[in-house]
Amino acid sequence: MKALVFSRKPARFAAAMVAGALRPGRGARVGPLDLRDIDPPEAPTGADGWVRVRPRLSGICGSDLATIDGKASRYFEPIVSFPFVPGHEVVGELDDGRRVALVPVLTCATRGIDPPCHMCRGDRINHCERIAYGHLEPGLQSGFCESTGGGWSVAMMAHESQLVAVPDDLSDEAAVLIEPMACAVHAARMVTDSEVAVIGSGALGLLTIAALRQLDNPVGPLIATAKHPEQRRWAKELGADVVCQPDELERQVRSAMSSFMLDNGQLTCGIDTVVDCVGSEDSLAQALRCVSPGGDVLAVGMPGVTTLDLTPLWHRETSLRGCYAYERDDFDRAIDLIRDLDLGRLVSATYPLSRYEDAIAHAATAGARGAVKIAFDLRDERERNHL
Amino acid sequence: MPRPGFVLDVDRSTPPLVFHHGEGFRLEKLPAGRSRVLYPGEPLAPLDDVDGAIRHALDNPLGDSPPLHALLKPGMKLTICFDDISLPLPPMRKPDVRQRVIEAVLDQAAAAGVDDVHVIAALALHRRMTEDELRHAVGDRVYDAFAPSGLLYNHDAEDPDNLAFLGTTPHGEEVEINKRAAESDLLVYVNINLVSMDGGHKSTATGLASYRSLRHHHNVRTMLESRSFMDRHRSELHSSNWRMGKVLEDAGVKIFQIETTLNNNTFGSSGPMSMLQKREWEWSVRDRASFAAMKAGLDRMPLKARRAVFQGWKAPYGVTSVQAGEVEAVHEATTENVFRQQLVEVEGQTDVLTMGLPYVCPYNVNSVMNPILVACTGLGYFFNMYRGMPLVREGGVVIMSHPTTWEFHPVHHPSYIDFFEQVLAETTDPLEIESRFEKQYAEDEWYRHLYRNSYAYHGVHPFYMWYWICHGLSHAGKVIVVGGETRAVRRLGFGAASTLQDALEMAEDVVGRDPTITHVHNPPLVMADVK
Repeated sequence: MKALVFSRKPARFAAAMVAGALRPGRGARVGPLDLRDIDPPEAPTGADGWVRVRPRLSGICGSDLATIDGKASRYFEPIVSFPFVPGHEVVGELDDGRRVALVPVLTCATRGIDPPCHMCRGDRINHCERIAYGHLEPGLQSGFCESTGGGWSVAMMAHESQLVAVPDDLSDEAAVLIEPMACAVHAARMVTDSEVAVIGSGALGLLTIAALRQLDNPVGPLIATAKHPEQRRWAKELGADVVCQPDELERQVRSAMSSFMLDNGQLTCGIDTVVDCVGSEDSLAQALRCVSPGGDVLAVGMPGVTTLDLTPLWHRETSLRGCYAYERDDFDRAIDLIRDLDLGRLVSATYPLSRYEDAIAHAATAGARGAVKIAFDLRDERERNHL
Repeated sequence: MPRPGFVLDVDRSTPPLVFHHGEGFRLEKLPAGRSRVLYPGEPLAPLDDVDGAIRHALDNPLGDSPPLHALLKPGMKLTICFDDISLPLPPMRKPDVRQRVIEAVLDQAAAAGVDDVHVIAALALHRRMTEDELRHAVGDRVYDAFAPSGLLYNHDAEDPDNLAFLGTTPHGEEVEINKRAAESDLLVYVNINLVSMDGGHKSTATGLASYRSLRHHHNVRTMLESRSFMDRHRSELHSSNWRMGKVLEDAGVKIFQIETTLNNNTFGSSGPMSMLQKREWEWSVRDRASFAAMKAGLDRMPLKARRAVFQGWKAPYGVTSVQAGEVEAVHEATTENVFRQQLVEVEGQTDVLTMGLPYVCPYNVNSVMNPILVACTGLGYFFNMYRGMPLVREGGVVIMSHPTTWEFHPVHHPSYIDFFEQVLAETTDPLEIESRFEKQYAEDEWYRHLYRNSYAYHGVHPFYMWYWICHGLSHAGKVIVVGGETRAVRRLGFGAASTLQDALEMAEDVVGRDPTITHVHNPPLVMADVK
């Protein structure tokens, strides 16, 4: 079957790093990602509850792009298994025709580990303590695990615990956003303070803004940074009170919080919570400059290896907290929000697998090109219906 | 005998005209047969004996005022206030006329045995003057005699302990000024009346005031009701200041006003920029060569270096008059002297008004002309340089030439940066800006701190710049900036054109084909008396 496969090829990985540094998304051309014919994945031997999912749409996420451009941290090495088929933002259909969205996090249930770990028992599936063990090859999620396959293919395997039924009134475009929206809901639920700044208005940033605004306990003034005009428009529409350029954030927060500003740009007061949906060295440093003493920086965008001056964190008793994935009930809220806000509109373009280089280049420069979410469209793949 | 200003009808023989363009120039051809150029008058003959004229003015005051020496008594409190860095433009060569006047006043004070003297830069909400700037204005002798002992300083409009509330006008305008000035036995105000807007009661009621007081006339309504603020008798800005002047008088503040006027000798009759105050068709071969060389040099110079060259220029102005005595009588005479130099009669309005904006305005001496100041210089000051009616018809187009870079002086203009990034990103409507944002900026502790302790304009100051343009904004159908940085021009809400020809074509969409055009050849300064 047709699939995009990411292999462990150090030379090509190095080439992707160079190419990706020169032009975002260029790692797809020279790196270890290839469109290939592979054997369809199969359920782990003797395991129950596995079904075949034929992806309909599969999104391209920031973590996918980081992997393709060689920017992902080596931290992931023990918790992914090669070769893998990327794609974890998936809406697909089962053999009986039912549409499902994928919860890609791989848990004790999917790994055949019984009894499940403490975290899985408590439904905190994103913190599974057996992440590289059990009858699956290592993989923190489907889309990074050799055993399961991924959404950038015409078929993958999923455990029934990973499936969320897609309501009939939700289009595929809307449903492909369920997984990233669940991430955003999870992030928004971690915000307890009233004043929030969101760094970055890519897809994850925009969904986080929407989630923050729509949560039952709404936040106060919400300041967002957005680099590009279309991002600014979306950020406003989805609920940001103030949208500014990335380099204007310190002054915006200073102004809103009546803070003083030191010569190095560090605010003396600051905003209660900064949600960093970029995850770069610059964005994290900016978050530390803008957050109030005793405030929270929430790292929602996936950071890599970063050099960061943590003196302000120490001096101002700031908490820097990661925010990965979701818990299962975040999906229910995500579906409601997507429906209520008609967020299917955020899917800006879809590509067939054969044009994966164009798709990845588009996703890597989405903001500049006025796009938000780019996805692969598998619905017309000829092979898909002959499996 | 200097020739007065005049209006040139552009024909085919008219050479390209010099447009000031920030720290540079453009040469532009205007369409023949439907364009006219308003030229400033040549510099009036300066006073031969400035010091003698100052002494004469002090001894022969105008209006109901005794001579200065009769007002000076031993043991009295004397405060001398003077116009700040915003005047004149560009700064004048040494000795500054303020220095000459202050020295003359101090000589008389010393002779009368007055030893409680303070000297205060009346800067309202402008930035504090640096030591160099103060030395330039008052001279080394005065600076060294007063500054080290803390007797020469900048007015602080945010120092509650040093402000005095003096009452309210019948219109409900609160009058609060510098306490030392208000409680002195005599307040001597030393002014440079560069344009007709300056001086009169505005010197004290604005220059020494606090935000509490200033907000009553520095607002959108006042500006919209001033047609124009360069014409005192039709200026609500001045009416308000005059009402406040009455409150000052009623509160017992005794003011001895000294006003001076300068001629149009901005660029010199000889020297590297002298051709800028000549009419283009009268340029000699040498003038042409000098201009070409200067322009070529400037075009190749980095912006920082160009800025240093221009900001270093000190104008060889001549002093044309000195008046002293009672505020209103003095100011009437002063205004006549300003008009004598600057006023030019013009017949009717045109569809389009063009102007080349120079590198400096009142708020960027030794600083950066940021986009807000560009808007204020063009649509605030230059547009309002009229008496009668604007040079451009209602619904017409104003075209301004300036590089308009997205650049701000971080020390001088911190609240401008935020205003540009935060307020103008939301709206350019002056009324909405005033109601939604002014209070927050005016009361921001950080801006207050920078105004008082650094060299920053007050937090509210960019708002005043925007209010200054509101008459022009509401009058013009479109505003276009030629040669500006597009994103900065758009943030201002104006149209951006790369050439004057493009701008004129854009203007035709608003005012129709073959519009009539007036170009204001300014600076040197010219004010239109539009009939």
